[in-house]
Amino acid sequence: MSALLEVKNITKIFPKVRANDGVNLTVEEGEIHAILGENGAGKSTLMNIIYGLYKPDSGELKLSGETLNLSGPHEAIEKGIGMVHQHFMLIPVLTVAENIVLGAEPGGIPYNKKKANELIREISKNYHLEIDPDAKVKDLSVGLQQRVEILKAFYRHAKLLILDEPTAMLTPQETEELFGIMRRLKEQGISIIFISHKLDEVKEISDKVTVMRRGKTVGTLNTKDTNEQELANLMVGREVVLRVEKSEYKPGDVVLSVKDLTVLDEQNIEKVKNVSFEIRSGEIFGLAGIDGNGQTELIEALMGLRQIKSGIIKYQNSDIEKLPTRERYKLGISYIPQDRQQEGLIMKFSVADNLILKEYKDIRYSKNGVIQYKKVFENASKKVEEYDIRPTDYTLLAGNLSGGNQQKIILAREVGSNPKLLIAVQPTRGMDVGAIEYIHKKLLELRDGGSAILLVSLELEEIMSLSDRIGVIHNGVIMDILDGKSATREKIGLLMAGSQIDAKEVEV
Amino acid sequence: MSKVLKSIYMPILAVVIAIIIGSIIMLATGFNPVAAYSSLFIGAFGTLPNIANTLANAVPLIITGLGVAIAFNAGLFNIGAEGQYWIGAIVGTWIGYSFKGLPWYIHIPLALVAAMIAGGLWGGIIPGFAKAYTGAHEVITTMMMSYVAIYFSHYLLEFGPMMEKGSVPQSPLIRDSAVIPTIVPNTQLSYGIVIALVAALFVYWLMYKTVWGYEMRAVGFNQRASKYAGMNVPFNIVLSLSLSGIFAGLAGAVQILGVQHRLYDSFTSGYGYTAIVVALLAKNNPIGVVFSALLFAALGTGSQYMQLNAQVPGQLTDVITGLIIFFVAADKIIELFKTMFKKQKKEELAS
Repeated sequence: MSALLEVKNITKIFPKVRANDGVNLTVEEGEIHAILGENGAGKSTLMNIIYGLYKPDSGELKLSGETLNLSGPHEAIEKGIGMVHQHFMLIPVLTVAENIVLGAEPGGIPYNKKKANELIREISKNYHLEIDPDAKVKDLSVGLQQRVEILKAFYRHAKLLILDEPTAMLTPQETEELFGIMRRLKEQGISIIFISHKLDEVKEISDKVTVMRRGKTVGTLNTKDTNEQELANLMVGREVVLRVEKSEYKPGDVVLSVKDLTVLDEQNIEKVKNVSFEIRSGEIFGLAGIDGNGQTELIEALMGLRQIKSGIIKYQNSDIEKLPTRERYKLGISYIPQDRQQEGLIMKFSVADNLILKEYKDIRYSKNGVIQYKKVFENASKKVEEYDIRPTDYTLLAGNLSGGNQQKIILAREVGSNPKLLIAVQPTRGMDVGAIEYIHKKLLELRDGGSAILLVSLELEEIMSLSDRIGVIHNGVIMDILDGKSATREKIGLLMAGSQIDAKEVEV
Repeated sequence: MSKVLKSIYMPILAVVIAIIIGSIIMLATGFNPVAAYSSLFIGAFGTLPNIANTLANAVPLIITGLGVAIAFNAGLFNIGAEGQYWIGAIVGTWIGYSFKGLPWYIHIPLALVAAMIAGGLWGGIIPGFAKAYTGAHEVITTMMMSYVAIYFSHYLLEFGPMMEKGSVPQSPLIRDSAVIPTIVPNTQLSYGIVIALVAALFVYWLMYKTVWGYEMRAVGFNQRASKYAGMNVPFNIVLSLSLSGIFAGLAGAVQILGVQHRLYDSFTSGYGYTAIVVALLAKNNPIGVVFSALLFAALGTGSQYMQLNAQVPGQLTDVITGLIIFFVAADKIIELFKTMFKKQKKEELAS
């Protein structure tokens, strides 16, 4: 094997941040090379440099021994570098073929549709990436859309494929399928850079793994010679507890009871269909499902952010489905929304102001409509210390903090109020190992203190390690509610994909 | 303290750059910038009457600017402050001349409060509800309401019910009991300046120290997160646009009661439009509004003097105003200048 891509001593400095600091990376031909690192470790910056989106301040980039001086992605593509972004760059209303050839159409204007379809069939045959060229992208599953992105790269003769967090949006089954594709591509001599922060996936699929931390590459290891614990420690820079230590499951009274709940979306389509479940105190109820299967609508209905069509929501034995959001908060319900920057925080408010976002009218913080900033700051300095929010200056704007610390502000606000019911939607999304460890610890503390927790997550690993019971939602229907201890990845995966019968068979 | 410095640094830089570019333009067109700027300064601050007139000029800009800033703080663009100002002026004038025999301490507050309510209704309730419940964009609705107000007042004055007997399109004079007294004789400076300064402090307190201000700013920064936090977003939209209109209406009445004493056709001020610039330069900080209003008022009074004494066309101040707006709106450009300058320095050091 010989080196396909060599990254030598690349440094890229943004105002105030050394995003890449003397980064080295060598990717051999026909190798799957994982780049592992926490958020902000510099993975994306490095990929954007390789893909020609950023120019490095210093250092050298070599492809097949030839020095690259990329002026933009078009040149990277020309040299045979293809990238599949985490968020797909596809046009939903166009067909698969149109998306693939877009910008490099055979025949120029007018574009030769027949030739395009032929070419795509040929490529998909060569690389075993079956797809219907005439299908509209909007009708494809996420997994197939990703395949279109990969085909896009090969249509442009990619030798090196960069996959940026490719499994983030996939079901376990789709992930397996993707890994199959990656292995076949490897056999055909294609090199793949696989970016991820999921240790198990890196361990499973990669040949080599390069770990990044704070803009530096801390080491490149042969995957088979390492383990998840070592990788996690390298990533974070200290000993990390990977496995969640959970105390015994001691459920108490029913705190939340949802019965026959039906919710519509903006287009009046039923997104939640006759859903019923109960959550008890001292219990974490995990809601697993692929994104967009009604989780958002269900949670918004529970929080009074969306009207319901029918059904009953009971909280501690009283109906709350008609109460406005604020009243629900007052009853002791807390909520960690999915999107911390758009829903959970006011980025241009200070940390202190964000910490009282739901309680500024409370007698503790305001008197006759005047906010008592002395009290607000007392609260802030307490919370900042207790939840280890950094930097500790609570007059800074929330937007100036890192993602992990932003989440800690929300955590301090929502968990710190000692709720009887906490609804946490993807509380660790985009967090790094260290922060995830911390958040999981806090959720479990809350559970052990007798709160009820509804945990919604797309990360199966998270659901399985924390939940006492697991509900699986597919297309607005709760397919089944499983016991957290005995549920298997495969079974949940099948339920997530909507195949109830198959799942039952697995059980047998 | 460093935080205050940091926040006023960009606006000041914008003004300085505008002044420098202004001088280049003057040099290029054959004028002496030093003479021009010094006469501009003398015109604005050189004598007591000049200072008084500059302050008087600042009064409607401060009050209307506060109104615009409140809306901006809530993420709303009240472009129709001019019309709300007119509405306030109409109502203030009408109460000023039609009520007889009231003591001043009732007559003046009555006129001001009525003007505030009218301005609030005009700018806030109607466009506010339209925005909150139908999504009608406030830029369009406030502007349209503004035109309605301006033409409505023309109608009132030109052979309409508010026209004084005779052939001049103007209202009768307000009664003495409604006049806000002058501070410096023979200038336009009335105690309206006190109202303006108190208003600025009040708005600062309202926006930064009360739960209402907290909510309005939250809604302004992020409606979604505000809704998720349990706030009533439509209510806050209506509230902030109403407050915005209330202050523009107050400005119109203060101008009538303190300076004009009657409404006439050529009253057209443009204060409502300049107020947008005032608020922008102040970065919507109520205290900043006072200083930025003073700057634009000084440019206004100084330009006439400059035209007479340095023979520089008064329009030059409009150019400077335009440049200030440009650099305030485009502070990214200033950032760019800064990094370019830094780089150059680095290179010089390196070589």
